[in-house]
Amino acid sequence: MNELLDPLLLARWQFGLTTVYHFLFVPITIGLATSTAVFQTAWYRTGKLEYLKITKFFGTIFLINFAMGVVTGIVQEFQFGMNWSEYSRFVGDVFGAPLAMEGLLAFFFEATFIGLWIFGWDKLPRGLHLATIWCTAIGSIVSAYFIIAANAFMQNPVGYEMNAERGRAELVDIGALLANPVALAAFPHTIAASFMVASGLIISAAAWHLARNQHLDSMRPALKFGLWVMVGSGILTTLFGDQLSLAMVATQPMKMAAAEAMYDTACGADASFSLFTLGTPDGTSELFSIRVPYLLSLLSTHTFDGCVEGINDLQLQYQELYGPGDYTPIIWVTYWSFRWMIGLGLLHVLVAVVGLWLTRKGRMPKQAWVWKVAIWSFPLSLAAMIVGWIFTEMGRQPWIVFSLLPTESAVSPNVTGLDVLISLVAFTLIYGILAVVEVRLIIRAIKKGPPELGEPDPETGRVEPASTVY
Amino acid sequence: MDLTVLWFWIVAFLFVGYFVLDGFDFGIGMSLPFLGKDDTDRRVLINTIGPVWDLNETWVIVAGAALFAAFPEWYATLFSGFYLALLLILLALIARGVSFEYRHQRPESRWKKWFDGMIVVGSAVPALLWGVAFANIVQGVPLDADHNYTGTLFDLLNPYALLGGLTTLLLFFTHGVVFASLKTEGDLRERARRLATKSGLITIVVAASFLLWTGLAFGTFWFWILAAVAAVALIGGWLANLRGAEGVAFTLLAVTVAAAVLALFASLFPDVMPASNDAANSLTIVNASSTTYTLTVMSWVAVFCLPLVLLYQGWTYWVFRKRVSRASIEAAAH
Repeated sequence: MNELLDPLLLARWQFGLTTVYHFLFVPITIGLATSTAVFQTAWYRTGKLEYLKITKFFGTIFLINFAMGVVTGIVQEFQFGMNWSEYSRFVGDVFGAPLAMEGLLAFFFEATFIGLWIFGWDKLPRGLHLATIWCTAIGSIVSAYFIIAANAFMQNPVGYEMNAERGRAELVDIGALLANPVALAAFPHTIAASFMVASGLIISAAAWHLARNQHLDSMRPALKFGLWVMVGSGILTTLFGDQLSLAMVATQPMKMAAAEAMYDTACGADASFSLFTLGTPDGTSELFSIRVPYLLSLLSTHTFDGCVEGINDLQLQYQELYGPGDYTPIIWVTYWSFRWMIGLGLLHVLVAVVGLWLTRKGRMPKQAWVWKVAIWSFPLSLAAMIVGWIFTEMGRQPWIVFSLLPTESAVSPNVTGLDVLISLVAFTLIYGILAVVEVRLIIRAIKKGPPELGEPDPETGRVEPASTVY
Repeated sequence: MDLTVLWFWIVAFLFVGYFVLDGFDFGIGMSLPFLGKDDTDRRVLINTIGPVWDLNETWVIVAGAALFAAFPEWYATLFSGFYLALLLILLALIARGVSFEYRHQRPESRWKKWFDGMIVVGSAVPALLWGVAFANIVQGVPLDADHNYTGTLFDLLNPYALLGGLTTLLLFFTHGVVFASLKTEGDLRERARRLATKSGLITIVVAASFLLWTGLAFGTFWFWILAAVAAVALIGGWLANLRGAEGVAFTLLAVTVAAAVLALFASLFPDVMPASNDAANSLTIVNASSTTYTLTVMSWVAVFCLPLVLLYQGWTYWVFRKRVSRASIEAAAH
């Protein structure tokens, strides 16, 4: 019973659940807002109706998703204080600033202009209406920067000084906080990955209709767009991911070692990247693995003869620095999430390149399996993104703020295990129900296809798109 | 000026923004069973706030973030202390928000009924509990030496706080109904006006007792001034509604909400969370605040951003200034 009601464990599960859930909607919002803005710009510039159809089609899916992103985001903002009050007291002076900046600079902006876009089709001049979706997209991207800068402080604390008397970290350099090297690498990596997710959605939806030989006028250009964005953003995600690895090795070597399940320090050819490893159940040594020599040295140091520190050496170093304790993340989680992130990510670039080849010069593949593979682009690219975040957050453990505050010291002391159990069950239930509703609505919207547009106005020859009505 | 004082009032301003704006959203949500005779009526009501509910709700996110950045101790004590109450608010806000978006996605009446219910409950729960929470802050709650709340959820449900909750519930309801009369046409507009007359009377009685109780127990000079402004504006708003001056009534009720919230903040100052058991454990603008450096950085951001925010949000309200008609709803597909 006591095990079941451990407030720390329950609070961690709740944070994991609500954060992963919230993050299902974030990359779609970021990537799809921009993509929708591009489609609408294409319609604005050319007047071609197929572009308007694509805009409306993906705009509908964007909206179903956006509402969930908004309401689950409030939970994120509140639960630092609700479940992690000691963390909030410890870092508030530093961590609160980027959050407040996000709200004032970006979130207000995004929330206001999305309303103007949804309901403003027939109320704003065309150019101005186009600007509102661009504002929404820009707001969502700026918002991501501040959130990632806040998160980067947890990975690699900078720009602060410790105040021993008040027992907290205090901000001394906002420039350093916002230019955290981890944030500078994680931000473009995350944004590029968000475009992979959004293009995955576009590919999936277009493939569903093209496999049935319907809506060819709008779904062919949508597919083409999705495939090119997937290839481009996939390459960028990889390049920035490489930068992020370097920053990670420099600031959190334990996370890299845990990503590799590498127990002993290795140099040169021995610093190999394992494709598959089985370890002992207690997670201190390995039994079997398949390896690519030099690759880990290359990833971590960009040289062939670099050394990568192993878990056991780092554990000893950390014990000297921070006192007795276990400083190792859960190895199987970091090891496998790192591999699935990279594997699924690269797979999508490959799928998209093959897709571009198969559809070259207006060809349409007839084989059913091609479309079946394409339809899986969305769920699998989203999965790649989620395991990436699980990796980076679980790899930070046992710290909530690396080297400064252990997770176990961050939990609210006055919130009981029963309180957290109640909230965890409540969130699980409502999120579970909403997930079912959400997925069904999105599938329904995809199957319904792009809207039929009304007849062009006889005087102007233009189609006047209608606004959404709740 | 001392930056902790400035930030106390910036936080107050953000909560004023939240309650003035999302308050009438809650009112519209709660009014569905009273004003929404058929599906078209209910859709008209929901569409009056369709383009703006999201930006209105954003004010609470920004208020929370400002609290975190400027007064981390206040944020930590309040949010961990009022854990279950805030959980209920969160669940309600989730239910309400998705319902606006999902309700119109399918034509079946069972589907719509389900989301109508969630909108009503999802609006009423926060409207009540925000009042309960703020009344408790003003009254003071038991805090230990580390500023951790030592009571339970049921300690928060005391008579004074419940009266505070009832006050916000009724105030937001009436504000929402007046907004409905301002933004709709014909029969619905007339019914909204009559409902506001009735609910306004109850609101005046309940709000007056709550403000009087607060004043007698915790009143300061500025509390009484602001409470008087709230009272005059509330009565003025009720009279304006009676005469069918919907715009004036809506504005005066917004003034009521703003003045009442500011009055509560004025009665707190310079405490932010008084401890009811031992004054030495109270959180004040000094021992709850961030450093001068952080507050300076945040002040620049706020001074730059807030006027812009007011400008583009004001413009949004201007763009959507027209009344929502039944005809416009019926013209749209389900």
